[in-house]
Amino acid sequence: MAKNLIEELDLSKFAEEVSAAYPSKVAKKRTKSIVINDPDSIPQIQANVRTIPGIITQRGCTYAGCKGVVLGPTRDIVNITHGPIGCGYYSWLTRRNQTRADKPEMDNFIPYAFSTDMQDSNIVFGGEEKLKQAIREAHELFHPKGIAIFSTCPVGLIGDDVHRVARQMKEELPGVNIFGFSCEGYRGVSQSAGHHIANNGLYKNLIGNNDNYVRKNKYAINVLGEYNIGGDAFVIDELFKKIGVDIIATMSGNSTLEQFETAHNADFSLVMCHRSINYVAEMLETSFGIPWAKANFIGAEATAKTLRKVGQYFGDQELKDRIEVVIAEEMEAVKVAAEKAKTKTTGKTVMMFVGGSRAHHYQELFNELGMETLVAGYEFGHRDDYEGRRVMPSIKIDADSRNIEEITVVPDPTRFKPRKSEEELAYLKEAFDIEFNEYKGMMTDMKKGTLVIDDLSHFEMEKLIEMYKPDVFCAGIKEKYVVQKMGIPMKQLHNYDSGGPYAAFAGAINFYKDIEMIACSSIFKQMKAPWEREEFVTAEYVFN
Amino acid sequence: MLLRHTTAKEIDRKALTINPAKTCQPVGAMYAALGIHGCLPHSHGSQGCCSYHRSALSRHFREPIMAGTSSFSEGSSVFGGSANLLQSIETMFTVYKPEIIAVHTTCLSETIGDDLTQIISKANEDGLVPEGKQVIYCNTPSYVGTHVTGYSNQVAAMVKFFSTATPKKRNVVNLVTGWMEPSDMREIKRLASVMEARTIMFPDMTDVLDAPLDGHYKMYPAGGTTSKDLTLTGDSKFTLGLGHSCTEDACIKLENKCKVKFEMLDIPIGFKATDRFLMSLSRHANVPIPDSLSDERGRLIDLISDSSKYLYGKRVALWGDPDTLIPLVEFLLSMDMKPVYVVTGTPSKYFQERMTELLKDIPEAKFMNGDMADMFRMHQWIKQEGVDLLIGNTYGKYIARDENTPLVRFGFPIADRPGHNYFAKTGYDGGANLVKQIMDAFLEQMDKTCLEEKFEFQL
Repeated sequence: MAKNLIEELDLSKFAEEVSAAYPSKVAKKRTKSIVINDPDSIPQIQANVRTIPGIITQRGCTYAGCKGVVLGPTRDIVNITHGPIGCGYYSWLTRRNQTRADKPEMDNFIPYAFSTDMQDSNIVFGGEEKLKQAIREAHELFHPKGIAIFSTCPVGLIGDDVHRVARQMKEELPGVNIFGFSCEGYRGVSQSAGHHIANNGLYKNLIGNNDNYVRKNKYAINVLGEYNIGGDAFVIDELFKKIGVDIIATMSGNSTLEQFETAHNADFSLVMCHRSINYVAEMLETSFGIPWAKANFIGAEATAKTLRKVGQYFGDQELKDRIEVVIAEEMEAVKVAAEKAKTKTTGKTVMMFVGGSRAHHYQELFNELGMETLVAGYEFGHRDDYEGRRVMPSIKIDADSRNIEEITVVPDPTRFKPRKSEEELAYLKEAFDIEFNEYKGMMTDMKKGTLVIDDLSHFEMEKLIEMYKPDVFCAGIKEKYVVQKMGIPMKQLHNYDSGGPYAAFAGAINFYKDIEMIACSSIFKQMKAPWEREEFVTAEYVFN
Repeated sequence: MLLRHTTAKEIDRKALTINPAKTCQPVGAMYAALGIHGCLPHSHGSQGCCSYHRSALSRHFREPIMAGTSSFSEGSSVFGGSANLLQSIETMFTVYKPEIIAVHTTCLSETIGDDLTQIISKANEDGLVPEGKQVIYCNTPSYVGTHVTGYSNQVAAMVKFFSTATPKKRNVVNLVTGWMEPSDMREIKRLASVMEARTIMFPDMTDVLDAPLDGHYKMYPAGGTTSKDLTLTGDSKFTLGLGHSCTEDACIKLENKCKVKFEMLDIPIGFKATDRFLMSLSRHANVPIPDSLSDERGRLIDLISDSSKYLYGKRVALWGDPDTLIPLVEFLLSMDMKPVYVVTGTPSKYFQERMTELLKDIPEAKFMNGDMADMFRMHQWIKQEGVDLLIGNTYGKYIARDENTPLVRFGFPIADRPGHNYFAKTGYDGGANLVKQIMDAFLEQMDKTCLEEKFEFQL
C-alpha cells in the first residue's frame, strides 16, 4: 500500500514545479540538489555546495559547526569566542547538550558564555592583546584545565592569529591546555566546515595526550558523533553499562577533556553522526589502529543491531549473551509502546530536513511507527552522507573545501596497534556484514520514488507542504512556526522540542509517544471558527 | 549548582565578557524591520548571522521569522560582497516577492568595507528592483553598540528612506516604538485609540509577531507599518519617541528631514511613565484623556495597594536594555521596592544619568552599563548580598535556581515560557499584569518554602 502512495503522489513533479518560480540560474543550480531516489541505482545529488545568496536557507556557519556543535558539549573547557558579542551569545545554551558533572567540585562551564566582545578599536588595531588578557582573566577566575578559542568572521579578516596567541598563553600559563580554532563563519558553505576544523583541532591538541585509561570492563569503545541532545548519550551510557562495555569517549555529548585525551585507548569506535565526526574516526584508525563502524541508536531495531555489532566485533560469547538479554528485556516495553502508538500513526506520512545524519537515522523510528518518509534531506550533508562513502574519491574539491586545513595523519610510532588484523576484519565483514570505515548513506535506505533534497529552501518547503500535505514535518526552530501556521504538526529534530532522549530503547519509547501526541493533536482541528466553517449555516430572522 | 564557578569575589576584568547582558546589532535591525509591512529583512554577511538571528527571534516569539542572507564565502570576504548582495536582491524579489527588502550589515561586511549605498544604487540601475518596490538599508557593525543600536539604526533608516514632508500637514502624532513586545505595542495603540488620537506607529510588530494560527502561512502577515504610512510620518504634526536608545536617533532625523518636532519619553511601563505618555499624547494630539483611562489607572493603584505589604522594601536585581530598565526601575520604586542591582550591556550615558537620579535614595544600589556590565558581574553582586526578586530574560533562570530566588521574565530573549508577546507590560493594564507576575512569583515561592504551620489559606 505504501509503495502505491509514493507512486500516487508522483514526487517527480516537484523539481519542475519549483524551478519554474526561480530565476533561471537559480533553477539550474537547485534542480541538481533535488533528486528522485532509486536505492538500486543511487542517483548523484549535488550537496555541500554554496547556498545561492538570497535563498532562505536552513544553514548556519562554520563557527556554529565548530564551537556550537562539536566543542560546545564538553563541560570542562572554557570556550572563549573571539569576536563581537553576537556569536558567543547565540551559541550560549541554545543547543540542548545535557551534561552531568556529578560532584560540585567538578568543572562545568556549559551554562556560561565567554567572549572577548571585540569593539571597533580591536577591529582597527587588532584583538590579540585583548584575547590574551581574556585568557588570563578566565584562568584567574576559573582555573580550567583547558581553554579553547573560537574565531569569528572579523578575526580572520583583520589577521589576528589565534594559534599564536594560544601557544604564547600556554607558555605563560603552564599546565593549561590552550588551543585555537580558525572557524570563521565565512569558511566553507555550512556548519560542516566547522565540524572538520573542530575534528582537526581535537586530533592536534587533545587526542592521544593521555595513555592512562583504567578499564572497568574488558572491552572499551568510543561513541563518536553523539552530542547528548535531550540526554541521548545518557541512555546510550546506561545501555553499555548494562552490557558491560566501557565507553571511553563520547564525542562530544556529556564529555570532558580527559575523554578526548584518552580516546585512543579504545578497541573500537562507533560513529553516530557521520558528517560531523568521520574525520576523527578516521584519524583514530590511521594513527592508533582503531577500526570504526557506522552505528545507529535511533530506533529500537537499529539499537539492537548496533549492540549486536559490538558483540560480534569482540566475538565474546558472554558479551553476546548479555547483549541478547538486554535486547530481550528492553524490547518488551518497546513493543507495547510501539503497538499503542501505531494505532494512531500507521500510514501517516513524514518529511524531514535536518542535520547531516538525523534525516537518515530518524527514518528508522518513523518506520517503526508505520509511517512513510516521503521526502528527506540534509542541511549540511555531503554527497557521501547521501550516496555512501564509495563516491568520496569522485567528489571534486572546490574552493570552499580547500580553505579547510588538511592535516597529515600518520600511524603513531609507538602506539599504533591494529585492534583487528586484516583477516579478522575480513571475517567480520563476511560473517556478520559489519562494514568497517564505511557509511552507505541515506539513499540506500529510502524507497524508490521518494524525493531527496539537499539544503532545502524556505520556498521549497512551502511548496512541498502545499503539494504533498505531509502528516508530520521535521526540521528546526526556523521552520517550526512556518509549518505550524499551515496547520501541519512539526517536530524539531535538532532540539526535539525540549523532549527526548530519543536514542536507544528508552528513547524510542519517548519518540513513539511524542509522535503519537503530535499526530493526534486536537488543536489543529480548531483553526477555523465555527462561523468560518463551510458546514456552518447562519440563521436569519424572517420578517413577515 | 548550575553556575558553580561564580563567586562573590570580583576581579578587575578588562577583556573577558561573561554571560552578556546584550547581543549584537544585526538582530535588532532584523527585529525592527519585521515591523514594516511586507518587508523581508536581509542580512549582508555569513549565513550563520542570519541563522542565529532568525533562531533567536523564533525561540522568543514562537512565530515565523523570515530573512535572507548574502551567504558570504571566503571569496566574497576577500573580493567584497557586492555580487552576493545583487544576486540576493534579484533572487528575493523573484522568489519571495516582498514589497520592501531591508538590508543590514554584519561585522563581516563592515570589516571588509562593503558600501551599501553604492551596491544598492547599482541594484536599482540594473533593474533588479521591480517597479514600486524598494530596498532600504542600514549599517549595523556588530563590534559597535549592541542589539539596541541595531534596532535604532533600522528605525532611523525608516525615516531616511520613507518619511517625506509635503505642504499638507496632518493632525497625526507619530509613535516611534522602542524594543518591546507586539503586545506592548498593541496596548499603546489601544490607549491612543481610546483617546481618539490619530497616530502612526512605527515600527509596528502587532499582527506580525503575534499572528493567528488559521491554517494559512503568510510570509508577509497583515501587520507592520505600511510604506504609505511611513511616508506620511513626514507630514505628522508631532513625534513621540518611546525609549531613548532605540528611537531618539530616528526622531532627530525626522525633525531634520521633515521638521516634525518630537519629545522623548520612556516606554510607558508602570503608572508614572504611562501618565507621562498619556499627558504628552493628549497635549500633542489635542485630545482629552477620558475617564475610562483614569479608571484603568485607579485599578492598577488599587492592585498595588492590595499587594503593598509584600512589595515594600523588596530587593530586586534587573538586567536588560536601558529603554525598559529605566521605566521598570521607576515602577518598582513607585511601589516602594528596592531595585538594588541594575545591569545593561548596552553602553548608555542616559541610562547612567537616569539611574543616578532614580536611585539616589537607595545608597546600596549598584548599576552599570556597557563594557563588562554582564550577568556574571550581577550574579557576583547577588553572591555578595542576595536579592528577593530577579527581573530579566530567560538567562536569569540559572541564577534564580542557584540562589533560590524568584524570577519574573522580562525582556529578550524569553525562550522558556510562551505568551509574553500576548500579554502587555505597557500601560496601566500592563502594569497590573506585571504586578500580578511579581506577586505570583513571591507568593508561589513563599507557599513552596514556608514551614507547614506558616502555610496559610489567606494571604
